[in-house]
Amino acid sequence: MANYKLNINGKTYEADVDADTPLLWVLRDNFGLLGAKYGCGIGQCGACTVHLGGTAVRSCSLPVSAIGTKKVVTIEGLSINGDHPVQLAWEEKDVAQCGYCQAGQIMSAAALLSKNPKPSEDQIQSAMNGNICRCGTYHRIREAVLLASNKIK
Amino acid sequence: MTIPPKTSRRDFMKVAAAATGGLFLGFNWAGAATEPMTLLSSGAPSPADINFNSYLSIAPDGVITIFSPNPELGQNIKTSFPMIVAEELDADWSKVKVIQAALDTKRFERQLTGGSGAIPHSWERLRKAGATARQMLMEAAAKKWNTSASSLTTSDSMVIHPDGKKLSYGELATEAATLTVPSDVKLKDRKNFKLIGKAINNVDNKDIITGKPIFGLDFYREGMLYAMIQRPSGFGMKIKSVDAAAAKAMPGIVDVIPYKNNVAILGKSTWQVMKARKVLKVEYEAESQIESTEDHDKLFKELLDKGEATVRRKDGDVDAAFKGAAKVVKSEYQCPFLPHAPLEPMNFFAHVKEEGVELIGPCQLPDNARNDVAKALGIAPEKITLELTRLGGGFGRRLKSDFVVEAAEVSSLAKAPVKLIWSREDDMTGGSYRPAVRYRFEAALDKDNNLIGYKLRGVGINAGNCTREDNFPSGAVDNLLIESVEHKSPITTGAWRAPITNFLAYAEQSFIDEVAMAANMDPVQFRLNLLDRAKQKPVGAIKYDIDRMKAVIQLAAEKSNWGKNKSLSQGFSVYFSHRSYVAQVAEIEMKKGVPELKKIIAAADCGIVVNLSGAYQQVRGGVVDGLGHAMYSRLTFKDGAADQKNFNSYRLIRMKEVPEIDVHFVDNGIDPTGLGEPALPPTGGAVANAFFKATGKRLRNQPFILQDEMKGVKLEEKM
Repeated sequence: MANYKLNINGKTYEADVDADTPLLWVLRDNFGLLGAKYGCGIGQCGACTVHLGGTAVRSCSLPVSAIGTKKVVTIEGLSINGDHPVQLAWEEKDVAQCGYCQAGQIMSAAALLSKNPKPSEDQIQSAMNGNICRCGTYHRIREAVLLASNKIK
Repeated sequence: MTIPPKTSRRDFMKVAAAATGGLFLGFNWAGAATEPMTLLSSGAPSPADINFNSYLSIAPDGVITIFSPNPELGQNIKTSFPMIVAEELDADWSKVKVIQAALDTKRFERQLTGGSGAIPHSWERLRKAGATARQMLMEAAAKKWNTSASSLTTSDSMVIHPDGKKLSYGELATEAATLTVPSDVKLKDRKNFKLIGKAINNVDNKDIITGKPIFGLDFYREGMLYAMIQRPSGFGMKIKSVDAAAAKAMPGIVDVIPYKNNVAILGKSTWQVMKARKVLKVEYEAESQIESTEDHDKLFKELLDKGEATVRRKDGDVDAAFKGAAKVVKSEYQCPFLPHAPLEPMNFFAHVKEEGVELIGPCQLPDNARNDVAKALGIAPEKITLELTRLGGGFGRRLKSDFVVEAAEVSSLAKAPVKLIWSREDDMTGGSYRPAVRYRFEAALDKDNNLIGYKLRGVGINAGNCTREDNFPSGAVDNLLIESVEHKSPITTGAWRAPITNFLAYAEQSFIDEVAMAANMDPVQFRLNLLDRAKQKPVGAIKYDIDRMKAVIQLAAEKSNWGKNKSLSQGFSVYFSHRSYVAQVAEIEMKKGVPELKKIIAAADCGIVVNLSGAYQQVRGGVVDGLGHAMYSRLTFKDGAADQKNFNSYRLIRMKEVPEIDVHFVDNGIDPTGLGEPALPPTGGAVANAFFKATGKRLRNQPFILQDEMKGVKLEEKM
């Protein structure tokens, strides 16, 4: 066990955990940040996606000891009032069915648009292909990413 | 249909309090950004709210609270149910608040999710709940204005006087709730619907997009232990010995408890439990037969030839028909085991105390779960409360209550509040799968290409009756024999979205296509002719509606310009499941010799569409589900254990692999007949038939991607 200080959503959080503890479980069990979801634990489904230094990462496969001082942003910190263009687009397109994968989908989409505000359809598909939606909302996810891209002037 | 008895506000509060077991505590550490999960106990209406019936209460400020009793797993019931109540109430939808109700068999009927049945079963009941309250509000206004209720109208949570003056529902609620509940209320004419049929957004959107804790896995109770269970290594195996010393010594581990055929590991965090599980030493031994997929493949062939069959339906004289046939078509289709793989793995919170048991989590049959826990613990069901969280998918897996019982058992053994969690690997290897099935179809055509004989023999592994003997084409063929053979296996199976029909439809609709080709008929016309025949000269029982089936066939053909675009290879499929009808056309385009799945057009008849947004996505999602599993997914076994344990070896469909999907609804005005499952069954057949049209090759086994016919073929990844 060791003490880790993490910068998450602009705040400092502290946890005494094993070095190999995945960020996902530190967020969920230690900090009560429950937006990132557990789906597979091996980085295959994307439900646990958060931003690390502005890049989308799978928090289920990222040991807490590898984070250091890099800034972590979770769905809870994406915007203050749930009004990030991606979140607004998700609401407008009524994307969610069960909703379990959607925090991860939104974080993947937000990371894509922060680097590439006007992605092509192929670029959207490549960026989003690591996120599984078991309900099959893929069409609306794609439409919402395009809509969010239009919202970002 | 009975209207729930009117409970007084006081009774209602008693019910609410009993159902929740007191105060709910959330995260208490400093800096946590997350509010605790909103359960009925924390989200219940304020005491000022006026209760009208089981479904709704109205606050003096005009906020209308509608309780949604059925588990929400993505079928959008938590939005659609309240829409139906609000429609008849003439409520201002922007002021409606929806609350997931806890299990309460006294207040609600059929509080479950399964069989695409929630809306068909509750349609009239929900409408009457809204209409009754509306009538009472109008009578209260009539009293105030000293006029008759029949002279008044309503709109947007207001009662309106003919001279234009208005009273809000909030102002009228206290008075209205004291009036006698009318026994007979008039329901709206469909043409006056303002909400039903519109696209209304999911009421939980805001919580979903901001990552609020709303799922079972998000539930937290101060002092609870995290628990996982090590189960036998395969089906037919049992635990021989356990050495828990190393696991118990791991940091954060509170206890390791072998019980029944399981070992429960309890600790202070999920990761600590997962780590301890890795050092737990367990030896296993066989307790019954141990099966592998290889054995099943042999078994299927043996049992198709000489297994003991149960005759499900017999019309006419099949032997004579086949003897006199000008042409016989015969082929076999096979589908593998599938796990449900909802993205949220199984989990449940349980707190077993002296005075009773508290259960909180995601399940599709809460009443069954409560009864199963009562049985397992030897206590009365009345001593158990169950609150529902949102479900991160179900697909039938959460109809079973094994994981709820496990949570209660472990809490009972540990004498502590426990959240039981399955890992993805537990979910994939833990059973309750869609059964594996192989079918043999035979058809006899006379010299004029009339279908005069039809035989179906299905062999399933723990599949029960793997046929639907009264479904199409039964009723349209004079001589018909449908039988099933079941192999009993230690591998456990269960209902999987559109049980049986999720693979039977693919096999049958592919075979019908083969028969149409043998008869030199257009596959759409071939089906329509059979339906005409069933209408004019029905043979035996017909449990599908011939006209509704014809209508979806015609709508799909029309919307796809069936047969008109020669550069496209179109495949057709239609299926009746549960109570609804869906026809689909898959379109493949050959590009430099490579087939590319471009589009699937779906035409659905689910009666009146309640929420156009939810319904549209329900059909598209069903098609994606049907396509993905037909194309990519299978679960195989070696020595009783599933080979695929996670999404690195078990393939689920992803965004790049999904074609364009168009959805159309038949507008026939009949009461809703359900949509959670019926869009899935036709997809595999439509795609396989289009693939045949494009390549001349039949896909007779799932998943398609692994078949010889697909060698050298690349289905391009395209939206």
